[in-house]
Amino acid sequence: MGAISTASLPDIVFMLLFFFMVATVLRTEEEQVKVIRPEVSELYKIEKKHLIRYINVGYPQDKRYGNEPVIQLNDAIASVEAIQGWVDKQRETIDERERSKMWVSLKVHKDAKMGVVTDIKQELRQASALKVLYSAGQRDRTE
Amino acid sequence: MARRTLPEINAGSMADIAFLLLIFWLVTTTIDSDEGIKRQLPPPITDEIDPPPVRERNVFVVLVNANDDLLVEGDELKIGRLKQKAKDFLIANGDGLLYGDRPQDPDLPVRERISKSFVKQKVAEYTAYVTGAEDEIEKDNFQKVLDNWRKKLRSIELLGGEFKMLPGSAIISMRNDNNTTYDAYLQVQNELEAAVNELRDELAVAKFGNTYKQLEDEYELNSENVELLDRIYAIRLVYPQRISEAEPSAAAN
Repeated sequence: MGAISTASLPDIVFMLLFFFMVATVLRTEEEQVKVIRPEVSELYKIEKKHLIRYINVGYPQDKRYGNEPVIQLNDAIASVEAIQGWVDKQRETIDERERSKMWVSLKVHKDAKMGVVTDIKQELRQASALKVLYSAGQRDRTE
Repeated sequence: MARRTLPEINAGSMADIAFLLLIFWLVTTTIDSDEGIKRQLPPPITDEIDPPPVRERNVFVVLVNANDDLLVEGDELKIGRLKQKAKDFLIANGDGLLYGDRPQDPDLPVRERISKSFVKQKVAEYTAYVTGAEDEIEKDNFQKVLDNWRKKLRSIELLGGEFKMLPGSAIISMRNDNNTTYDAYLQVQNELEAAVNELRDELAVAKFGNTYKQLEDEYELNSENVELLDRIYAIRLVYPQRISEAEPSAAAN
């Protein structure tokens, strides 16, 4: 009885590897701020990820930006005033037919103060980006 | 011709190498999760518009101060009890279905029973308007109102009885301080959302055998299913989700 040939095993595994490489999206953005999201029970999941754009608010990794939560748009730390321009640019990257369905996901550190979040919300309203997701982790409902 | 024997390369370790690569990839890539609480922001206000007067009893006021303490309807409250309090507000004097009738409370809104015969009469009325409309615009407007009354009639049939509706001005209003932490803010939003969701789930399970979320998920997969949409609409009609936030200028005081 001959041994079972394992010669094709590497091919199979490589196939799997390539599948995962293609299927997973690499994070292109560098994390400039540290965000620990709050945990809530009433989660809503957005299926169409290509419609989501992210605003991160958290403690800067680079201490030159201070010790208070700052805003990160794409790859860089930005001011609140930059949001309207950013929203307009992001809209351009979405297919015309789906532009009105754009979501802005706010990834905010749980210890951040509401002042900065309220400012961001006001800017989003001015830019007519009204669909907002407060990004959060999952926990169970309390009794 | 001399027969050359090719030296065989041992490929046994190839699988191990590939596995290592695969595992490395699996560990290092993070699959982004995009979950959270969704909200529709109000459009920006252009002019100074005086808000319409609201009756005190129709507004459920939640205030959060800089120390993350809650003031609900004028009383201090622990966050653990917020959900129940919000549910009591939404149930008010009973929804006419699962929560039947409850005594009226001067601090809570008054739900009013919508009678089937009245809705039927309205449907007939607007059907006549639509057929008698003079131009297309008028016809469209009447059609919209007619559709609304039809949906109400359908909801009564689906829910198996006349129910009591919340007044249109009944809302949950939240206001926070600039120094409130984001966590506290989101937990309050979450509890308010949970209150609505739980009431909707209870009703949906009792009437249709599915939770409200299941209905919505199913509809997402099968958006041609009109029956499902009618059910979702009926649940929403009894328990509308109206959570509003105060304008920040007002919140600063």
